[in-house]
Amino acid sequence: MMDTLHILSLGKGGWGGALLLAAGVTFALSVLGFLLGAVFGAVAAGGRLSTRALPSWLAKGYGTVFRGVPDLLTIYLLYYGGSIALTQLGKFFGGAGFIGLPAFATGVLAIGIISGAYQAEVYRGAYLAVDLGQFEACKALGLSRFQSLRLVIVPQLMRHALPGLGNVWQLVLKDSALISVIGLVELMRQAQIGAGSMREPFVFYIAAGTLYFLIAAVTGSVFRYGEARAWRGIVHA
Amino acid sequence: MIDFAFFVEIIPTLLSGLPLTLQLAGSSIAIGFVLALLLALARQGNHWMLVRPIRSFVAVFRGTPLLVQIFLIYYGLGQFRPSLQAAGLWWLFREPYWCAIIALSLNTAAYGSEILRGAIQAVPRGLIEAASALGMSRFLTLRLVVLPLALRQAIPSYSNEIILMIKGTSLASIITLMEVTGIAQGLISQTYRAVEVFVAAGAIYLTINFTIISALNALETWLTPYRVRA
Repeated sequence: MMDTLHILSLGKGGWGGALLLAAGVTFALSVLGFLLGAVFGAVAAGGRLSTRALPSWLAKGYGTVFRGVPDLLTIYLLYYGGSIALTQLGKFFGGAGFIGLPAFATGVLAIGIISGAYQAEVYRGAYLAVDLGQFEACKALGLSRFQSLRLVIVPQLMRHALPGLGNVWQLVLKDSALISVIGLVELMRQAQIGAGSMREPFVFYIAAGTLYFLIAAVTGSVFRYGEARAWRGIVHA
Repeated sequence: MIDFAFFVEIIPTLLSGLPLTLQLAGSSIAIGFVLALLLALARQGNHWMLVRPIRSFVAVFRGTPLLVQIFLIYYGLGQFRPSLQAAGLWWLFREPYWCAIIALSLNTAAYGSEILRGAIQAVPRGLIEAASALGMSRFLTLRLVVLPLALRQAIPSYSNEIILMIKGTSLASIITLMEVTGIAQGLISQTYRAVEVFVAAGAIYLTINFTIISALNALETWLTPYRVRA
């Protein structure tokens, strides 16, 4: 027991500090990936809602592929694919040898692409949940398409989107552990490093699991608070 | 531009991992479903001795990454080798194959139990009252009224969970099991052709998912004939 406490302590010889720092990397990676995913998701939702064939078809394909293929495969595609392209570019400019893509940026991009596919469905459903009268009112007020989206539709759409976004966020947080396979020292990777060097895998993976659980619990309550705020003053079923 | 010869070369290699992917998915979905059903039924009892541990189990497995769960079972429990050997369980926790199945089963049991719990609660109260008015025992009501309706109701959500499990089997490659994703990663680092390998391996997964979704949709339609005719 004392051993365990010592291993996980914040002081000298303890791994607590490193694990907390790595949890910070996990959090930053997840937040940035989620935000990038919001951009991809919004664009894809726009495509799905378009009446034209091509955007709708492209957005559907994007959603089907990245929600249907294992996330690990997508991560390999981006990391190796990106690195191979970069290496070839390097050769072109007279460089030699393999150039690896920066792991953090690749991780953000991977999480962005994967979570964007899920977020698109959330935004699409939320858009369809906005009352038709709101669109007509925008037209009656003479608002441009962009103005009506920004001032009327999106603020109301977010109300319907928040529960779904909360689910996607939890998915993102847990998916971020997969970025450890491309060598980014986030929480999962740090736990592996600690487990290997102290020969105490059980302690380290329990610690990592606990930190993931805590991040999920705290951020989950943030989403619940946001939801309560978004619905304040509105009577709904 | 597109090198078909290369696809012809890699697809058989990737397909050689398909039996393992399907085995991992099939076993853990089946074991997970049985566990999920037992957990969902146990939670109906509302007895705190049952409800509290189940709620914690569900919260832990839903709140932590699957990768952490797999590592904890495979590497973490390896630390207790003498005790596991004494208990006669070492053969199970020594093999990455069984560890992956245990982790995947427990994970899907946690998610599945919530799906089934919701579906059981959605069975109209009046039907259960009618069953007891007919003098059916609790077990008979469960077998003839509650479960058939609840399981049908759960099909759409449960098919999502099954797809997540198919995708989840890819994590087994991290503990050395060469299923489709593991083979894909090997091929990418040998051939440096990430896009082609991704397309081929992705197509295999999409085919599996499409087959499962179509089968479950057909099952749902078959079980709800009145909704189709309407």
